Amino acid sequence: MLLEKLINATGISSREKEIRDLIREEIKDNVDEIYTDKMGNLIACKGKEKDGQKVMLAAHMDEVGLMITEITSDGLLKFQSVGGIDKRVLVSKPVLVGEDKMAGVIGAKAIHLQKKSERDKPIDFDNLYIDIGVNSKKEAEKYVELGDVAVFSSEYEELGNGRVIGKAFDDRVGCSIIAELTEYDFDMPVYYVFTVQEEVGLRGAGVAAFDIAPDIALVLEGTTAADVPENKEHRYSTSVGKGPALTLMDRTVIADKNILTGLIEVAEDNGIDYQFRRTDVGGNDAGAISLSREGVPSAVISLPCRYIHSPLSLIDLDDYSKMSRLVKLYLERLARKGI
Amino acid sequence: MNSKELIKELCETTAVTGHEANIVPLLKSAFEDYVDDFQIDKLGNFAAVKKGSSNKEDPPKILLAAHMDEIGLMVKKIDENGFIKFSTVGGIDPRTLPGQKVKVHGKESITGIIGAMPPHLLSAEDMDSKAYKLDELYVDTGYSEEELKQIISIGDVISMDRELLSLHNDYVSGKALDDRAGVLMMIEAAKELQRLNHEIDVYFVATVQEEIGIKGAITSTYDIFPDLGIAIDVCHGLMPGVNSSEASKMNEGPTIALGPQVHQDIFALLKDEASKRSIPYQIETNNSPFGTDAAGMQIARSGVATALISIPLRYMHTSVELISLNDVKYGAQLLASSIAAIDDEFLEGLRCY
Repeated sequence: MLLEKLINATGISSREKEIRDLIREEIKDNVDEIYTDKMGNLIACKGKEKDGQKVMLAAHMDEVGLMITEITSDGLLKFQSVGGIDKRVLVSKPVLVGEDKMAGVIGAKAIHLQKKSERDKPIDFDNLYIDIGVNSKKEAEKYVELGDVAVFSSEYEELGNGRVIGKAFDDRVGCSIIAELTEYDFDMPVYYVFTVQEEVGLRGAGVAAFDIAPDIALVLEGTTAADVPENKEHRYSTSVGKGPALTLMDRTVIADKNILTGLIEVAEDNGIDYQFRRTDVGGNDAGAISLSREGVPSAVISLPCRYIHSPLSLIDLDDYSKMSRLVKLYLERLARKGI
Repeated sequence: MNSKELIKELCETTAVTGHEANIVPLLKSAFEDYVDDFQIDKLGNFAAVKKGSSNKEDPPKILLAAHMDEIGLMVKKIDENGFIKFSTVGGIDPRTLPGQKVKVHGKESITGIIGAMPPHLLSAEDMDSKAYKLDELYVDTGYSEEELKQIISIGDVISMDRELLSLHNDYVSGKALDDRAGVLMMIEAAKELQRLNHEIDVYFVATVQEEIGIKGAITSTYDIFPDLGIAIDVCHGLMPGVNSSEASKMNEGPTIALGPQVHQDIFALLKDEASKRSIPYQIETNNSPFGTDAAGMQIARSGVATALISIPLRYMHTSVELISLNDVKYGAQLLASSIAAIDDEFLEGLRCY
């Protein structure tokens, strides 16, 4: 299953090679053209010469991770985050360091040795480091260079009820759905775009959109689900198991009304569950794409993920297939009657 | 099985405090080539017995104790959306839990992850300054309340789901190295003793319920009532932010403790043997008798001469505890040669103050 492969592969912002290679290999026979640009965005297209509106489907390949910024005299690795990571999820987790995916762990001072005042506070980045089991800085330098990156070490796994856990569902779910859509033919030009560097400020998508100059863009994302205990229902943002979430607005984009109306009609006509993303926090590639050239009408369809940007997030595979179906049916409608 | 393979099996087997029986079959197979007998007492302590060469009717006995239990969690409540609230079994820092994969052990063992309120719903200030508290955390298994209640019940234990990782230099990292590393040291010591002559009968005891107050050491020492006992546990390994007076260096040998729980003659014996055999060791100073099985052993029945050997371990009571297998290997050599050196004269001397 492509999603599982994408989840277990690693690629933080600007180091998306493994993801790019995986997707390229998976879709190259389905598409007319496939190429990369100067930033590393992977772009595939089908039906370039066809009439109809030029559609750009976009999902980002990168995940949040860590970058090694210092090696201490004891051979421990200090790091900073690449993309937004809540420091409180880092403690007591294994990571994979560098291209060779060397095992390391992020430890914490034993509870026995903490003062009471320390226990109430999160452990700061200053006091977190990766331990790879070496005894000195010199020894560490045999294996690690400054600027090497580290990612969470966790594997895709199915739980009960069609729920699955793994890292980086944000946004490998989008990558996986778009890659699967390359199997179909739509009666219009379609660009399948796998972007880089979303997590550090929507860097790749704008560049790709400029090049393609689409008439319309659909961004497929993984988004926060907050349907958890001790939260009030109106603050859920999205809920797992209730279908894909449509964005009205967030910090970077107001969704195009016509696309949104079309998506809702398709969902209602075909009995596909959907929900609105009930928060204006966050942003994604649509923010950059919608401002490309003289502007691109854009919308965002997201898969709800609990515990996003952490070592293990959780999604519902039913949501995944509903999202995939909604996008496919909307593309068919787009080819039939335009925006 | 080499020691790396064995420690992996030992650590990945679940035996949360009070629920240790699960690991006993593994201990039997690990010890069986090196010992003469097994016994299990009423509390669940497991003892592997290796007879010595003494031809006395009532041969002298030494008890080695390493605890087989590990810290964990316990199901407290299943809420209407299927989220599991839990309490802790043993000392756990709640800050180490969010994002942790766990196994909930009910009628079957199911996987879950420990979740908490997403950060985007918190103010930047709270995120920066407020640590997650135990009552804000829960286990998410994907099941609904009704489905979960078919499989698990209140009181079921939850263990950390973590594979043992092999790092550089014979360092390994994972859950439950406190004190499966000690159990490994006993197994390796039993193996070392195959090629040495020892007069004294050796009881290798994997104790239960250490993490909630050294329960197993109290009953097993009463039962066996040895002439002397050595507890094998882990101690804090040096790391940034920890004072060198309360922690020991990693990969520089096991520690021999000196404190109120330690009989000075055994301390001297261990130190002398280490020097004689060029086994690296460190001294660990304890200002209190508590903290390991040695505290329980020392005051069993009419008293037992006791000592403590520890393996330096970083990140204690997290799911990424880290040790050097070299320290375990040296500890096993030290134990074996010290046991071989025990004679009648030494045993008589234990009462002479």
